[in-house]
Amino acid sequence: MTTGGWIVMSIAVGGMTSLLIWCVYKVVKTPGATEHLHSPADIDPHDED
Amino acid sequence: MDQPPKESWNSRFGVILAVMGSAVGLGNFLRFPGQAAQNGGGLFMIPYLVAFLIVGIPLAWSEWALGRYGGKQGYNSAPGIFGHVLGGRHGAYFGMLGTVMPVLIYTYYVILEALCLYFAWSFLNGAIPELGGNVEQVSGYVVTSLGMGEHGAMFTGGQTTMLGMIVVCFFINFTLIYRGLSQGIEKFCAFAMPLLVLCAFIVLFRVLTLPPNPAHPDQSLLNGLGFLWNPIKGNSSIWETLAQPKVWVAATGQIFFSLSLGFGLILTYASYLKRDDDVCLSSLTSAAGNGFCEVILGGMIAIPAAFIFLGPAFLSNPDNIGTFSLGFMTLPNVFNQMPAGAFFGFLFFFLLFLAAITSSLSMLQPSIALLEEGLGLNRKKSVATLGLITFIGTGFIAWYSKGLTALDTVDFWMANFFIFIFATFQTLIFGWVIGRDKGYRELTSGAEIRVPHWIMFMIRYVSPTFLIGIFILWCRKELGGRIEALAVKPGEGLPVELLSLGFIIAVMIFFSFVIARANQRWAAEPTETEETE
Repeated sequence: MTTGGWIVMSIAVGGMTSLLIWCVYKVVKTPGATEHLHSPADIDPHDED
Repeated sequence: MDQPPKESWNSRFGVILAVMGSAVGLGNFLRFPGQAAQNGGGLFMIPYLVAFLIVGIPLAWSEWALGRYGGKQGYNSAPGIFGHVLGGRHGAYFGMLGTVMPVLIYTYYVILEALCLYFAWSFLNGAIPELGGNVEQVSGYVVTSLGMGEHGAMFTGGQTTMLGMIVVCFFINFTLIYRGLSQGIEKFCAFAMPLLVLCAFIVLFRVLTLPPNPAHPDQSLLNGLGFLWNPIKGNSSIWETLAQPKVWVAATGQIFFSLSLGFGLILTYASYLKRDDDVCLSSLTSAAGNGFCEVILGGMIAIPAAFIFLGPAFLSNPDNIGTFSLGFMTLPNVFNQMPAGAFFGFLFFFLLFLAAITSSLSMLQPSIALLEEGLGLNRKKSVATLGLITFIGTGFIAWYSKGLTALDTVDFWMANFFIFIFATFQTLIFGWVIGRDKGYRELTSGAEIRVPHWIMFMIRYVSPTFLIGIFILWCRKELGGRIEALAVKPGEGLPVELLSLGFIIAVMIFFSFVIARANQRWAAEPTETEETE
Protein backbone atom coordinates (compact mmCIF):
# COMPACT_ATOMS: atom_id res chain seq x y z
CA MET A 1 0.00 0.00 0.00
CA THR A 2 1.34 3.41 -0.94
CA THR A 3 1.55 6.50 1.27
CA GLY A 4 -1.42 7.89 -0.62
CA GLY A 5 -3.36 4.74 0.24
CA TRP A 6 -2.58 5.12 3.94
CA ILE A 7 -3.67 8.78 3.80
CA VAL A 8 -6.98 7.98 2.03
CA MET A 9 -7.67 5.11 4.45
CA SER A 10 -6.87 7.24 7.50
CA ILE A 11 -9.16 10.06 6.36
CA ALA A 12 -12.06 7.72 5.47
CA VAL A 13 -11.82 5.47 8.52
CA GLY A 14 -10.93 8.29 10.94
CA GLY A 15 -13.62 10.61 9.60
CA MET A 16 -16.43 8.06 9.79
CA THR A 17 -15.34 6.81 13.23
CA SER A 18 -15.09 10.35 14.62
CA LEU A 19 -18.52 11.29 13.29
CA LEU A 20 -20.05 8.14 14.78
CA ILE A 21 -18.41 8.72 18.18
CA TRP A 22 -19.66 12.33 18.22
CA CYS A 23 -23.21 11.20 17.35
CA VAL A 24 -23.19 8.51 20.05
CA TYR A 25 -21.94 11.10 22.55
CA LYS A 26 -24.77 13.49 21.60
CA VAL A 27 -27.38 10.73 21.89
CA VAL A 28 -26.07 9.71 25.30
CA LYS A 29 -26.16 13.34 26.45
CA THR A 30 -29.64 14.03 25.04
CA PRO A 31 -32.43 14.14 27.63
CA GLY A 32 -35.47 12.24 26.37
CA ALA A 33 -33.52 10.50 23.64
CA THR A 34 -35.75 7.44 23.78
CA GLU A 35 -38.82 9.59 23.10
CA HIS A 36 -37.52 11.94 20.45
CA LEU A 37 -34.99 9.99 18.38
CA HIS A 38 -36.37 7.66 15.74
CA SER A 39 -35.47 5.47 12.81
CA PRO A 40 -37.76 3.76 10.29
CA ALA A 41 -37.23 0.69 12.48
CA ASP A 42 -39.27 2.06 15.37
CA ILE A 43 -41.82 4.28 13.62
CA ASP A 44 -45.32 2.88 13.75
CA PRO A 45 -47.40 3.68 10.64
CA HIS A 46 -50.48 3.32 12.88
CA ASP A 47 -52.65 2.32 9.97
CA GLU A 48 -53.23 -1.30 10.88
CA ASP A 49 -56.74 -2.64 10.76
CA MET B 1 -39.27 21.19 40.48
CA ASP B 2 -40.03 17.68 39.31
CA GLN B 3 -37.25 16.17 37.31
CA PRO B 4 -38.18 13.78 34.50
CA PRO B 5 -37.09 10.22 35.24
CA LYS B 6 -33.52 9.65 34.18
CA GLU B 7 -33.22 7.32 31.22
CA SER B 8 -31.19 4.20 31.74
CA TRP B 9 -28.03 3.52 29.79
CA ASN B 10 -29.78 0.49 28.37
CA SER B 11 -32.58 2.52 26.82
CA ARG B 12 -30.16 5.10 25.39
CA PHE B 13 -27.96 2.35 24.03
CA GLY B 14 -31.12 0.79 22.58
CA VAL B 15 -31.90 4.03 20.74
CA ILE B 16 -28.40 4.14 19.26
CA LEU B 17 -28.65 0.52 18.17
CA ALA B 18 -32.11 1.01 16.69
CA VAL B 19 -31.07 4.10 14.74
CA MET B 20 -27.80 2.56 13.56
CA GLY B 21 -29.32 -0.84 12.97
CA SER B 22 -31.91 0.52 10.59
CA ALA B 23 -29.13 1.77 8.34
CA VAL B 24 -27.14 -1.46 8.22
CA GLY B 25 -28.01 -3.87 5.45
CA LEU B 26 -27.10 -5.42 2.14
CA GLY B 27 -26.02 -2.02 0.79
CA ASN B 28 -23.16 -1.88 3.28
CA PHE B 29 -21.76 -5.37 3.03
CA LEU B 30 -22.62 -6.40 -0.52
CA ARG B 31 -23.33 -3.39 -2.74
CA PHE B 32 -20.60 -1.07 -1.48
CA PRO B 33 -17.60 -3.37 -2.15
CA GLY B 34 -18.77 -3.96 -5.72
CA GLN B 35 -19.31 -0.27 -6.36
CA ALA B 36 -15.91 0.64 -4.89
CA ALA B 37 -14.09 -2.05 -6.87
CA GLN B 38 -15.83 -1.05 -10.12
CA ASN B 39 -15.19 2.65 -9.68
CA GLY B 40 -11.57 3.26 -8.89
CA GLY B 41 -11.06 1.46 -5.57
CA GLY B 42 -9.46 3.95 -3.15
CA LEU B 43 -10.34 6.88 -5.36
CA PHE B 44 -13.99 5.92 -5.00
CA MET B 45 -13.68 7.11 -1.39
CA ILE B 46 -13.16 10.71 -2.53
CA PRO B 47 -16.50 11.07 -4.40
CA TYR B 48 -18.07 8.88 -1.72
CA LEU B 49 -17.01 11.18 1.13
CA VAL B 50 -17.84 14.31 -0.89
CA ALA B 51 -21.30 12.91 -1.72
CA PHE B 52 -21.79 11.95 1.93
CA LEU B 53 -21.15 15.52 3.09
CA ILE B 54 -22.63 17.52 0.19
CA VAL B 55 -25.65 15.40 -0.61
CA GLY B 56 -26.07 12.63 1.97
CA ILE B 57 -26.48 14.66 5.14
CA PRO B 58 -28.38 17.65 3.60
CA LEU B 59 -30.72 15.29 1.72
CA ALA B 60 -31.26 13.12 4.79
CA TRP B 61 -32.24 16.18 6.80
CA SER B 62 -34.45 17.66 4.10
CA GLU B 63 -36.18 14.31 3.42
CA TRP B 64 -36.90 13.69 7.11
CA ALA B 65 -38.11 17.27 7.56
CA LEU B 66 -40.22 17.24 4.38
CA GLY B 67 -41.82 13.95 5.39
CA ARG B 68 -42.64 15.16 8.89
CA TYR B 69 -44.05 18.38 7.39
CA GLY B 70 -46.26 16.36 5.02
CA GLY B 71 -47.44 14.17 7.89
CA LYS B 72 -48.54 17.25 9.81
CA GLN B 73 -50.73 18.13 6.83
CA GLY B 74 -52.24 14.65 6.86
CA TYR B 75 -50.31 13.05 3.99
CA ASN B 76 -48.16 9.92 4.25
CA SER B 77 -47.27 9.18 0.63
CA ALA B 78 -44.79 11.02 -1.57
CA PRO B 79 -47.51 11.98 -4.10
CA GLY B 80 -49.68 13.31 -1.27
CA ILE B 81 -46.83 15.33 0.22
CA PHE B 82 -45.62 16.65 -3.15
CA GLY B 83 -49.19 17.42 -4.21
CA HIS B 84 -49.78 19.42 -1.04
CA VAL B 85 -46.52 21.35 -1.21
CA LEU B 86 -46.64 22.05 -4.96
CA GLY B 87 -50.39 22.53 -5.10
CA GLY B 88 -52.68 21.54 -7.91
CA ARG B 89 -53.39 18.10 -9.35
CA HIS B 90 -50.12 17.85 -11.26
CA GLY B 91 -47.98 18.22 -8.15
CA ALA B 92 -48.84 14.73 -6.93
CA TYR B 93 -47.43 13.16 -10.11
CA PHE B 94 -44.01 14.56 -9.25
CA GLY B 95 -44.14 12.31 -6.21
CA MET B 96 -44.95 9.15 -8.17
CA LEU B 97 -41.35 7.99 -8.20
CA GLY B 98 -41.46 7.99 -4.40
CA THR B 99 -43.81 5.01 -4.53
CA VAL B 100 -42.66 3.33 -7.74
CA MET B 101 -38.98 3.15 -6.78
CA PRO B 102 -39.38 1.31 -3.46
CA VAL B 103 -41.72 -1.21 -5.12
CA LEU B 104 -39.35 -1.92 -8.00
CA ILE B 105 -36.25 -1.99 -5.81
CA TYR B 106 -38.12 -4.48 -3.61
CA THR B 107 -38.67 -6.78 -6.61
CA TYR B 108 -34.95 -7.50 -6.92
CA TYR B 109 -33.93 -6.80 -3.33
CA VAL B 110 -36.03 -9.75 -2.18
CA ILE B 111 -34.03 -12.06 -4.48
CA LEU B 112 -30.80 -10.99 -2.82
CA GLU B 113 -32.49 -11.34 0.55
CA ALA B 114 -33.39 -14.90 -0.44
CA LEU B 115 -29.81 -15.51 -1.55
CA CYS B 116 -28.63 -14.51 1.95
CA LEU B 117 -31.04 -17.03 3.43
CA TYR B 118 -29.96 -19.64 0.89
CA PHE B 119 -26.30 -19.06 1.76
CA ALA B 120 -27.06 -19.26 5.50
CA TRP B 121 -28.80 -22.58 4.82
CA SER B 122 -25.91 -23.73 2.60
CA PHE B 123 -23.40 -23.04 5.39
CA LEU B 124 -25.60 -24.90 7.85
CA ASN B 125 -26.01 -28.02 5.70
CA GLY B 126 -22.35 -28.01 4.67
CA ALA B 127 -22.89 -27.35 0.96
CA ILE B 128 -20.62 -24.29 0.90
CA PRO B 129 -18.03 -25.44 3.49
CA GLU B 130 -17.38 -28.59 1.46
CA LEU B 131 -16.29 -26.42 -1.49
CA GLY B 132 -13.31 -25.37 0.65
CA GLY B 133 -11.09 -22.69 -0.84
CA ASN B 134 -11.97 -23.52 -4.42
CA VAL B 135 -12.74 -20.08 -5.79
CA GLU B 136 -14.19 -21.33 -9.08
CA GLN B 137 -16.58 -23.68 -7.32
CA VAL B 138 -17.77 -21.01 -4.89
CA SER B 139 -18.29 -18.56 -7.77
CA GLY B 140 -20.07 -21.32 -9.67
CA TYR B 141 -22.31 -21.88 -6.67
CA VAL B 142 -23.53 -18.26 -6.91
CA VAL B 143 -23.94 -18.48 -10.69
CA THR B 144 -25.97 -21.68 -10.36
CA SER B 145 -28.00 -20.38 -7.41
CA LEU B 146 -29.16 -17.31 -9.29
CA GLY B 147 -29.49 -19.09 -12.63
CA MET B 148 -27.04 -16.64 -14.17
CA GLY B 149 -26.14 -19.02 -17.00
CA GLU B 150 -29.49 -19.08 -18.78
CA HIS B 151 -32.84 -17.31 -18.63
CA GLY B 152 -35.32 -19.35 -16.64
CA ALA B 153 -32.56 -21.56 -15.19
CA MET B 154 -33.83 -20.96 -11.66
CA PHE B 155 -37.17 -22.48 -12.69
CA THR B 156 -36.01 -25.24 -15.00
CA GLY B 157 -32.46 -26.00 -13.84
CA GLY B 158 -33.31 -27.77 -10.61
CA GLN B 159 -32.72 -24.69 -8.44
CA THR B 160 -35.89 -25.33 -6.51
CA THR B 161 -34.25 -24.56 -3.15
CA MET B 162 -33.30 -21.02 -4.21
CA LEU B 163 -36.73 -20.53 -5.74
CA GLY B 164 -38.23 -21.81 -2.51
CA MET B 165 -36.16 -19.30 -0.54
CA ILE B 166 -37.61 -16.46 -2.65
CA VAL B 167 -41.12 -17.72 -1.91
CA VAL B 168 -40.23 -18.00 1.81
CA CYS B 169 -38.92 -14.41 1.83
CA PHE B 170 -42.07 -13.20 0.06
CA PHE B 171 -44.19 -15.08 2.54
CA ILE B 172 -42.29 -13.65 5.55
CA ASN B 173 -42.38 -10.07 4.23
CA PHE B 174 -46.04 -10.04 3.36
CA THR B 175 -47.17 -12.00 6.41
CA LEU B 176 -45.36 -9.56 8.68
CA ILE B 177 -46.68 -6.49 6.93
CA TYR B 178 -50.16 -7.99 6.46
CA ARG B 179 -50.47 -8.72 10.16
CA GLY B 180 -48.82 -5.47 11.18
CA LEU B 181 -46.03 -7.31 12.98
CA SER B 182 -43.24 -5.13 11.66
CA GLN B 183 -42.75 -3.61 15.10
CA GLY B 184 -42.03 -7.05 16.54
CA ILE B 185 -39.32 -7.92 14.09
CA GLU B 186 -37.80 -4.48 14.46
CA LYS B 187 -37.43 -5.04 18.19
CA PHE B 188 -35.90 -8.41 17.46
CA CYS B 189 -33.50 -6.86 14.98
CA ALA B 190 -32.41 -4.28 17.52
CA PHE B 191 -30.55 -7.26 19.01
CA ALA B 192 -29.74 -8.96 15.73
CA MET B 193 -28.07 -5.94 14.12
CA PRO B 194 -25.42 -5.48 16.82
CA LEU B 195 -24.76 -9.20 16.50
CA LEU B 196 -24.29 -8.73 12.74
CA VAL B 197 -21.81 -5.91 13.35
CA LEU B 198 -19.97 -8.03 15.96
CA CYS B 199 -19.86 -10.93 13.52
CA ALA B 200 -18.57 -8.58 10.80
CA PHE B 201 -15.78 -7.42 13.15
CA ILE B 202 -14.77 -11.05 13.72
CA VAL B 203 -14.66 -11.60 9.96
CA LEU B 204 -12.71 -8.36 9.54
CA PHE B 205 -10.19 -9.60 12.09
CA ARG B 206 -9.86 -12.85 10.10
CA VAL B 207 -9.35 -10.94 6.86
CA LEU B 208 -6.75 -8.69 8.46
CA THR B 209 -4.84 -11.75 9.67
CA LEU B 210 -5.00 -13.72 6.40
CA PRO B 211 -1.61 -14.92 5.15
CA PRO B 212 -0.60 -14.18 1.54
CA ASN B 213 -1.92 -16.56 -1.09
CA PRO B 214 0.74 -19.36 -1.17
CA ALA B 215 0.36 -19.74 -4.94
CA HIS B 216 0.69 -16.00 -5.51
CA PRO B 217 2.76 -14.30 -2.76
CA ASP B 218 1.96 -10.87 -4.24
CA GLN B 219 -1.68 -11.42 -3.30
CA SER B 220 -1.11 -10.29 0.30
CA LEU B 221 -3.22 -8.35 2.75
CA LEU B 222 -1.22 -5.13 2.36
CA ASN B 223 -1.50 -5.29 -1.42
CA GLY B 224 -5.22 -6.05 -1.00
CA LEU B 225 -5.66 -3.01 1.19
CA GLY B 226 -3.63 -1.08 -1.37
CA PHE B 227 -6.00 -2.21 -4.11
CA LEU B 228 -8.85 -0.66 -2.15
CA TRP B 229 -7.21 2.45 -0.76
CA ASN B 230 -4.37 3.43 -3.15
CA PRO B 231 -5.49 6.54 -5.03
CA ILE B 232 -3.34 5.82 -8.09
CA LYS B 233 -3.68 2.58 -10.04
CA GLY B 234 -1.93 1.40 -13.16
CA ASN B 235 -1.81 3.95 -15.93
CA SER B 236 -4.87 5.93 -14.80
CA SER B 237 -4.14 9.23 -13.10
CA ILE B 238 -6.23 10.54 -10.22
CA TRP B 239 -7.85 13.09 -12.49
CA GLU B 240 -8.68 10.60 -15.22
CA THR B 241 -10.59 8.49 -12.69
CA LEU B 242 -12.26 11.42 -10.96
CA ALA B 243 -13.26 12.94 -14.30
CA GLN B 244 -15.55 10.00 -14.98
CA PRO B 245 -19.14 11.00 -14.15
CA LYS B 246 -20.05 7.34 -13.53
CA VAL B 247 -17.72 7.26 -10.52
CA TRP B 248 -19.53 10.22 -8.96
CA VAL B 249 -22.95 8.85 -9.83
CA ALA B 250 -22.03 5.46 -8.37
CA ALA B 251 -20.78 7.08 -5.15
CA THR B 252 -23.85 9.28 -4.79
CA GLY B 253 -26.15 6.38 -5.71
CA GLN B 254 -24.46 4.26 -3.06
CA ILE B 255 -25.07 6.98 -0.46
CA PHE B 256 -28.72 7.14 -1.50
CA PHE B 257 -29.15 3.36 -1.51
CA SER B 258 -27.49 2.59 1.79
CA LEU B 259 -29.03 5.57 3.62
CA SER B 260 -32.41 4.76 2.01
CA LEU B 261 -32.53 8.30 0.65
CA GLY B 262 -34.01 9.67 -2.53
CA PHE B 263 -36.61 7.00 -3.14
CA GLY B 264 -39.48 8.03 -0.93
CA LEU B 265 -38.94 5.62 1.93
CA ILE B 266 -37.81 8.14 4.56
CA LEU B 267 -40.41 10.61 3.29
CA THR B 268 -43.19 8.18 4.19
CA TYR B 269 -41.76 7.06 7.54
CA ALA B 270 -41.01 10.63 8.65
CA SER B 271 -44.64 11.53 7.92
CA TYR B 272 -45.66 9.41 10.92
CA LEU B 273 -43.43 11.37 13.33
CA LYS B 274 -44.77 13.78 15.91
CA ARG B 275 -44.26 17.52 15.44
CA ASP B 276 -41.43 17.78 17.96
CA ASP B 277 -39.64 14.53 17.24
CA ASP B 278 -36.00 15.05 16.38
CA VAL B 279 -34.99 14.44 12.79
CA CYS B 280 -31.48 15.93 12.80
CA LEU B 281 -29.55 13.85 15.34
CA SER B 282 -31.51 10.71 14.44
CA SER B 283 -30.66 10.87 10.75
CA LEU B 284 -27.08 11.99 11.37
CA THR B 285 -26.49 9.06 13.75
CA SER B 286 -28.03 6.73 11.23
CA ALA B 287 -25.80 8.14 8.46
CA ALA B 288 -22.70 7.92 10.65
CA GLY B 289 -23.46 4.32 11.67
CA ASN B 290 -24.08 3.45 8.06
CA GLY B 291 -20.86 5.09 6.87
CA PHE B 292 -18.87 3.36 9.60
CA CYS B 293 -20.21 -0.09 8.69
CA GLU B 294 -19.84 0.57 4.99
CA VAL B 295 -16.32 1.97 4.87
CA ILE B 296 -14.72 -0.06 7.64
CA LEU B 297 -16.61 -3.35 7.57
CA GLY B 298 -18.09 -3.50 4.07
CA GLY B 299 -15.05 -2.17 2.28
CA MET B 300 -12.22 -3.70 4.25
CA ILE B 301 -13.61 -7.23 4.30
CA ALA B 302 -14.67 -8.09 0.78
CA ILE B 303 -12.12 -6.32 -1.40
CA PRO B 304 -8.89 -7.27 0.42
CA ALA B 305 -10.21 -10.83 0.76
CA ALA B 306 -11.09 -10.93 -2.94
CA PHE B 307 -7.61 -9.66 -3.75
CA ILE B 308 -5.95 -12.41 -1.71
CA PHE B 309 -8.14 -15.27 -2.94
CA LEU B 310 -9.06 -14.16 -6.44
CA GLY B 311 -6.28 -11.78 -7.41
CA PRO B 312 -6.13 -8.35 -9.04
CA ALA B 313 -6.97 -9.72 -12.49
CA PHE B 314 -10.30 -11.01 -11.16
CA LEU B 315 -11.10 -7.64 -9.59
CA SER B 316 -10.12 -5.78 -12.74
CA ASN B 317 -12.78 -7.61 -14.76
CA PRO B 318 -16.07 -5.69 -14.39
CA ASP B 319 -18.03 -8.89 -15.11
CA ASN B 320 -16.66 -10.45 -11.92
CA ILE B 321 -17.57 -7.62 -9.60
CA GLY B 322 -21.16 -6.89 -10.43
CA THR B 323 -23.21 -4.94 -7.97
CA PHE B 324 -23.69 -7.78 -5.51
CA SER B 325 -21.74 -10.77 -6.75
CA LEU B 326 -18.47 -9.80 -5.06
CA GLY B 327 -19.82 -10.31 -1.57
CA PHE B 328 -21.42 -13.65 -2.42
CA MET B 329 -18.38 -14.97 -4.30
CA THR B 330 -15.72 -13.70 -1.94
CA LEU B 331 -17.03 -13.89 1.60
CA PRO B 332 -17.74 -17.65 1.46
CA ASN B 333 -14.04 -18.15 0.68
CA VAL B 334 -13.13 -16.20 3.78
CA PHE B 335 -15.49 -18.25 5.94
CA ASN B 336 -14.25 -21.49 4.39
CA GLN B 337 -10.70 -20.64 5.48
CA MET B 338 -11.32 -19.60 9.07
CA PRO B 339 -11.87 -21.65 12.24
CA ALA B 340 -15.57 -22.40 12.80
CA GLY B 341 -16.13 -20.84 9.37
CA ALA B 342 -19.33 -22.80 8.75
CA PHE B 343 -20.86 -21.37 11.92
CA PHE B 344 -19.72 -17.81 11.23
CA GLY B 345 -20.80 -18.12 7.59
CA PHE B 346 -24.24 -19.24 8.66
CA LEU B 347 -24.47 -16.52 11.32
CA PHE B 348 -23.25 -13.75 9.02
CA PHE B 349 -25.58 -14.53 6.13
CA PHE B 350 -28.53 -15.20 8.43
CA LEU B 351 -28.05 -11.87 10.20
CA LEU B 352 -27.65 -10.21 6.81
CA PHE B 353 -30.94 -11.83 5.85
CA LEU B 354 -32.59 -10.33 8.95
CA ALA B 355 -31.14 -6.91 8.11
CA ALA B 356 -32.53 -7.30 4.61
CA ILE B 357 -35.96 -8.19 5.98
CA THR B 358 -36.14 -4.90 7.90
CA SER B 359 -35.20 -2.99 4.74
CA SER B 360 -37.56 -4.84 2.41
CA LEU B 361 -40.44 -4.40 4.86
CA SER B 362 -39.85 -0.67 4.91
CA MET B 363 -39.78 -0.57 1.08
CA LEU B 364 -43.38 -1.72 1.01
CA GLN B 365 -44.75 1.03 3.25
CA PRO B 366 -44.62 4.01 0.79
CA SER B 367 -46.87 2.30 -1.76
CA ILE B 368 -49.18 0.93 0.96
CA ALA B 369 -49.60 4.53 2.14
CA LEU B 370 -50.53 5.64 -1.40
CA LEU B 371 -52.92 2.75 -2.00
CA GLU B 372 -54.64 3.59 1.29
CA GLU B 373 -54.76 7.30 0.52
CA GLY B 374 -55.54 6.95 -3.16
CA LEU B 375 -57.94 4.04 -3.40
CA GLY B 376 -59.27 4.14 0.14
CA LEU B 377 -58.21 0.53 0.63
CA ASN B 378 -57.59 -0.77 4.12
CA ARG B 379 -54.12 -1.99 5.00
CA LYS B 380 -54.79 -5.63 4.21
CA LYS B 381 -56.24 -4.94 0.76
CA SER B 382 -53.34 -2.58 0.02
CA VAL B 383 -50.90 -5.28 1.05
CA ALA B 384 -52.66 -7.84 -1.15
CA THR B 385 -52.57 -5.49 -4.18
CA LEU B 386 -48.93 -4.75 -3.61
CA GLY B 387 -48.20 -8.44 -3.14
CA LEU B 388 -49.55 -9.19 -6.61
CA ILE B 389 -47.50 -6.42 -8.28
CA THR B 390 -44.25 -7.35 -6.55
CA PHE B 391 -44.76 -11.08 -7.08
CA ILE B 392 -45.06 -10.49 -10.84
CA GLY B 393 -42.01 -8.21 -10.75
CA THR B 394 -39.84 -10.63 -8.78
CA GLY B 395 -40.95 -13.50 -11.01
CA PHE B 396 -39.93 -11.45 -14.06
CA ILE B 397 -36.48 -10.67 -12.61
CA ALA B 398 -35.96 -14.26 -11.44
CA TRP B 399 -36.88 -15.60 -14.90
CA TYR B 400 -34.62 -13.26 -16.89
CA SER B 401 -31.61 -14.27 -14.82
CA LYS B 402 -28.94 -14.75 -17.50
CA GLY B 403 -26.10 -12.46 -16.46
CA LEU B 404 -28.59 -10.91 -14.00
CA THR B 405 -29.70 -8.71 -16.91
CA ALA B 406 -33.18 -7.89 -15.63
CA LEU B 407 -31.90 -7.25 -12.08
CA ASP B 408 -29.12 -5.03 -13.39
CA THR B 409 -31.50 -3.12 -15.68
CA VAL B 410 -34.07 -2.41 -12.97
CA ASP B 411 -31.25 -1.49 -10.55
CA PHE B 412 -29.77 0.86 -13.15
CA TRP B 413 -33.00 2.74 -13.86
CA MET B 414 -34.13 2.83 -10.23
CA ALA B 415 -30.97 3.11 -8.13
CA ASN B 416 -28.94 5.19 -10.60
CA PHE B 417 -31.27 7.11 -12.91
CA PHE B 418 -34.64 7.84 -11.30
CA ILE B 419 -33.21 8.11 -7.79
CA PHE B 420 -31.24 11.16 -8.96
CA ILE B 421 -34.30 12.77 -10.49
CA PHE B 422 -36.42 12.21 -7.40
CA ALA B 423 -33.67 13.24 -4.97
CA THR B 424 -33.15 16.45 -6.93
CA PHE B 425 -36.90 17.19 -6.95
CA GLN B 426 -37.04 16.60 -3.24
CA THR B 427 -34.12 18.89 -2.47
CA LEU B 428 -35.49 21.65 -4.71
CA ILE B 429 -38.97 21.38 -3.21
CA PHE B 430 -37.66 21.59 0.34
CA GLY B 431 -35.14 24.32 -0.41
CA TRP B 432 -37.15 26.49 -2.78
CA VAL B 433 -40.87 25.73 -2.46
CA ILE B 434 -41.00 25.36 1.31
CA GLY B 435 -38.22 27.91 1.31
CA ARG B 436 -35.22 28.97 3.33
CA ASP B 437 -36.78 30.28 6.53
CA LYS B 438 -39.73 27.92 6.82
CA GLY B 439 -37.52 25.01 5.76
CA TYR B 440 -35.02 25.81 8.49
CA ARG B 441 -37.79 26.06 11.07
CA GLU B 442 -39.19 22.72 9.95
CA LEU B 443 -35.79 21.09 10.05
CA THR B 444 -34.82 22.39 13.48
CA SER B 445 -38.19 21.80 15.15
CA GLY B 446 -37.40 19.38 17.97
CA ALA B 447 -33.75 19.12 16.88
CA GLU B 448 -31.46 17.66 19.51
CA ILE B 449 -28.36 19.24 17.95
CA ARG B 450 -27.62 22.76 16.79
CA VAL B 451 -28.03 22.94 13.02
CA PRO B 452 -26.06 25.70 11.27
CA HIS B 453 -28.06 28.14 9.15
CA TRP B 454 -25.81 27.52 6.17
CA ILE B 455 -27.32 24.07 5.79
CA MET B 456 -30.17 25.76 3.90
CA PHE B 457 -27.60 27.25 1.51
CA MET B 458 -26.32 23.70 0.98
CA ILE B 459 -29.85 22.38 0.41
CA ARG B 460 -30.88 25.24 -1.89
CA TYR B 461 -27.73 25.67 -3.98
CA VAL B 462 -24.90 23.21 -3.42
CA SER B 463 -26.76 19.85 -3.28
CA PRO B 464 -29.01 20.46 -6.32
CA THR B 465 -26.13 21.89 -8.36
CA PHE B 466 -24.00 18.86 -7.50
CA LEU B 467 -26.83 16.45 -8.30
CA ILE B 468 -27.86 18.11 -11.56
CA GLY B 469 -24.26 18.63 -12.69
CA ILE B 470 -23.04 15.07 -12.31
CA PHE B 471 -26.36 13.69 -13.54
CA ILE B 472 -26.15 15.60 -16.83
CA LEU B 473 -22.50 14.64 -17.34
CA TRP B 474 -23.29 11.03 -16.52
CA CYS B 475 -26.29 10.93 -18.88
CA ARG B 476 -24.17 12.28 -21.72
CA LYS B 477 -21.55 9.60 -21.14
CA GLU B 478 -23.45 6.53 -19.94
CA LEU B 479 -27.05 6.74 -21.03
CA GLY B 480 -26.25 6.10 -24.70
CA GLY B 481 -25.11 2.54 -24.00
CA ARG B 482 -28.23 1.78 -22.01
CA ILE B 483 -30.45 3.19 -24.75
CA GLU B 484 -28.59 1.15 -27.38
CA ALA B 485 -29.20 -2.00 -25.33
CA LEU B 486 -32.92 -1.40 -25.77
CA ALA B 487 -32.68 -1.79 -29.55
CA VAL B 488 -34.35 -4.86 -31.02
CA LYS B 489 -31.81 -6.92 -32.97
CA PRO B 490 -33.04 -8.82 -36.05
CA GLY B 491 -33.95 -12.41 -35.25
CA GLU B 492 -33.25 -12.11 -31.51
CA GLY B 493 -36.62 -11.11 -30.12
CA LEU B 494 -37.16 -8.36 -27.59
CA PRO B 495 -34.07 -7.67 -25.48
CA VAL B 496 -34.43 -8.21 -21.73
CA GLU B 497 -33.38 -4.61 -21.16
CA LEU B 498 -36.41 -3.44 -23.15
CA LEU B 499 -38.76 -5.85 -21.40
CA SER B 500 -37.43 -4.67 -18.02
CA LEU B 501 -38.01 -1.03 -18.96
CA GLY B 502 -41.48 -2.00 -20.18
CA PHE B 503 -42.23 -3.50 -16.79
CA ILE B 504 -41.01 -0.33 -15.06
CA ILE B 505 -43.29 1.77 -17.28
CA ALA B 506 -46.25 -0.56 -16.62
CA VAL B 507 -45.81 -0.08 -12.85
CA MET B 508 -45.59 3.68 -13.37
CA ILE B 509 -48.83 3.67 -15.37
CA PHE B 510 -50.57 1.71 -12.60
CA PHE B 511 -49.45 4.16 -9.94
CA SER B 512 -50.36 7.18 -12.09
CA PHE B 513 -53.95 5.80 -12.14
CA VAL B 514 -53.81 5.46 -8.36
CA ILE B 515 -52.58 9.06 -8.08
CA ALA B 516 -55.39 10.26 -10.38
CA ARG B 517 -57.88 8.57 -8.08
CA ALA B 518 -56.08 9.97 -5.04
CA ASN B 519 -56.34 13.48 -6.47
CA GLN B 520 -60.11 13.04 -6.70
CA ARG B 521 -60.30 11.86 -3.10
CA TRP B 522 -58.07 14.66 -1.81
CA ALA B 523 -60.17 17.23 -3.72
CA ALA B 524 -63.40 15.75 -2.31
CA GLU B 525 -62.14 15.22 1.25
CA PRO B 526 -59.28 17.59 2.10
CA THR B 527 -57.09 16.20 4.87
CA GLU B 528 -57.10 17.81 8.28
CA THR B 529 -54.11 20.05 8.74
CA GLU B 530 -52.45 20.84 12.01
CA GLU B 531 -51.01 24.05 10.77
CA THR B 532 -52.43 27.13 9.13
CA GLU B 533 -50.54 27.85 5.93
